[in-house]
Amino acid sequence: MTAITDTQPDEGFRLSQLIYDTRYRSLTIQIIALILVLSGLGWLIRNAVRNLEAAGQDFNFGFLSNTSGYDIGQHLIEYSSQSTHLDATIVGLLNTLLVAVLGCIACTIIGVFMGVLRLSPNWIVRNIARVYVEVFRNVPTLLWIILVFAVLTESTPAPRAFRGEDPAASMLFFDSVAITNRGIYVPAITFEEGTATILTIVFLLSLVAIWGVRRWAKARQAATGETFPVLWTGLALFFVPVLLVNFILGGAMGLERPELAGFNFSGGVQLRSTFIALWLALSLYTGAFVAENVRAGILAVSKGQTEAAASLGLRPNRIMNLVVLPQALRVIVPPMISNYLNLTKNSSLAIAIGYQDLVGTLGNITRNQTGREMETVLLLMLIYVTISLTISFFGNLYNRSVTLKER
Amino acid sequence: MKKSVFFGALAAAGLVAGAGYAQTLQEVQDRGSLRCGVTTGLVGFAAPDENGEWEGFDVAVCRAVAAAVLGDATAVEFIPTTGSTRFTALASGEIDMLARNTTWTFSRDVDLEFEFTGINYYDGQGFMVREDLGVTSALELDGATVCIQTGTTTELNLADFFRANDMSYEPVPIETNAEAQQQYLANACDVYTTDASGLAATRAAFEDPSAHMLLPEIISKEPLGPLVRHGDNAWGDITRWTLNALIAAEELGITSENVEELAAGTENPEINRLLGTEGSLGEMLGLDADWAQRAIAASGNYGEIFNANIGPDTAIGLARGLNAQWTDGGLLYSPPFR
Repeated sequence: MTAITDTQPDEGFRLSQLIYDTRYRSLTIQIIALILVLSGLGWLIRNAVRNLEAAGQDFNFGFLSNTSGYDIGQHLIEYSSQSTHLDATIVGLLNTLLVAVLGCIACTIIGVFMGVLRLSPNWIVRNIARVYVEVFRNVPTLLWIILVFAVLTESTPAPRAFRGEDPAASMLFFDSVAITNRGIYVPAITFEEGTATILTIVFLLSLVAIWGVRRWAKARQAATGETFPVLWTGLALFFVPVLLVNFILGGAMGLERPELAGFNFSGGVQLRSTFIALWLALSLYTGAFVAENVRAGILAVSKGQTEAAASLGLRPNRIMNLVVLPQALRVIVPPMISNYLNLTKNSSLAIAIGYQDLVGTLGNITRNQTGREMETVLLLMLIYVTISLTISFFGNLYNRSVTLKER
Repeated sequence: MKKSVFFGALAAAGLVAGAGYAQTLQEVQDRGSLRCGVTTGLVGFAAPDENGEWEGFDVAVCRAVAAAVLGDATAVEFIPTTGSTRFTALASGEIDMLARNTTWTFSRDVDLEFEFTGINYYDGQGFMVREDLGVTSALELDGATVCIQTGTTTELNLADFFRANDMSYEPVPIETNAEAQQQYLANACDVYTTDASGLAATRAAFEDPSAHMLLPEIISKEPLGPLVRHGDNAWGDITRWTLNALIAAEELGITSENVEELAAGTENPEINRLLGTEGSLGEMLGLDADWAQRAIAASGNYGEIFNANIGPDTAIGLARGLNAQWTDGGLLYSPPFR
């Protein structure tokens, strides 16, 4: 075909326009790119299927209903070696979610605190926060996890050190908390039979009351300008009713202390070293990034706002809470979502210290014991994508609620 | 024109990727080295010495195969694998064979599509504890914290053992032997469990081995041996009969010292067939007549390898036990070379 360089627009559509006409060119390029991507993908899938066939392996998820045969230390739901691989996967997923949720909460608290401190007028405070941010941000997560775990296991006494007439280590807080190299044992809350429901209802009612007080205080402040000590009332409402009802029921709620029995402490709740190490390391690491976001957010609020608030006679902490932070949130929230995503995905590094998260159970032991690599890895990816998309979804919902509302 | 080149390349790539696994021997010979999967380090079985040279009981199997196939016992590329990466490495073709105290089980043989080519060590799972823990039997371990390598048969046996005896335990999952050793020594677990041979090897590396003891219970059968992928029977035969050659050599009295002399020809027809002076066994394997001679010369016969790496005279100090020749009351029994 010879090139036609006719530029008259009224001659109808010609094939060469797809390349030479700027109105169509971008579309053409996109379609070609799409075809290339799809055929590349198709080739990969075809290749995988053929290779699996050549290796004599089929592709199915039937193994999930087989008996797993292995034990998991930390299981939030009922689990034994007689449970199925699917149960093991769920146990792992819950462990992942536990560390992710607690990590997100902790990194937010650490990050906001450190971010605000970085802007402190006090030289020492400012630079301590700066050192924290720079040190944690610039060393890989994995190293922090391993370091924290090593410190926890090497520097704390073994349970056997608590034994004997003159033990080398002793429990803290009236013999109720034991810090060992296998984790921290804390007392568990126990309920006498039948009272758990009553106490739960009372507790839920206090939560509703806290919410109600907050609403009422806000409305009153809007109407009269008078403030109300919401925080203290809230704290009181949180603890007092439950304790009161407990007293009326005659001390139905008790504490079960961990006690040395055999090789380990038994009773109480064991926070395993692996869990603490992962949680702490992820929170501190991500907290450094959060601190930078918070700093950026605060710096984005014009200094005039602070000065104006100060000239009205507001105290510095009120200026921060009422004027600066609400405006800074608009800048802070979007990168926070990606920090939460990172923390959640980084929790898969748990495998380095043996915390049995999703990767530890499904991605490691189940994969190994069943040999279903393709299936387990695809399932893992699917689950992580789902978790990440859920976090972004709720993060974006929240973001929409704090963005600038133009009226 | 360009299009057809593109699709042609696609098709060719698909064909290459899709082609079967049935020419491992050819691949190894073309490459000039054997890729052998071993542990990440278990003294006596497979660990680099101070010069970085791999040595040990499993390593000797790799060297024997390399000597038989390539004529050079040093033409081995050792690839360290963990309990959880070993099967992927083998299935994906990253390694040609795996010689890494791996237990021969039904599902690994049948479902994972591997071919175990023999047993080079008859083992069983044991427990190691500190001497001063005051425990004398595995049945007293209720409530103990146990270090265990993940993705292994020992993990499953452990769950079964504690369940069958109605005891509870706290598993501490660990990836490599070195990590387990560190955790155990830091007292993060009361018990370390793995194959008894592995425990002996680990204990030998401790600063004070006498402070630790192996409990008398052996809770499982762990036949350990080299394995290859399903679907390449010729390659499977080579590894199987190389191992058998080492075992038969001990039975027939062929050692690394006298192998050359015996290869000149003897009165014993089986020795002659094995060493290639009679018959054509090497040719049947697709190798030359001297294959077994080279395999035996590499690190000696089975007994020599055992004594040099894990035997009573080494720090690990394992007795022959089940791993003695059948003529001495053990289980080692090579099928005849004829």
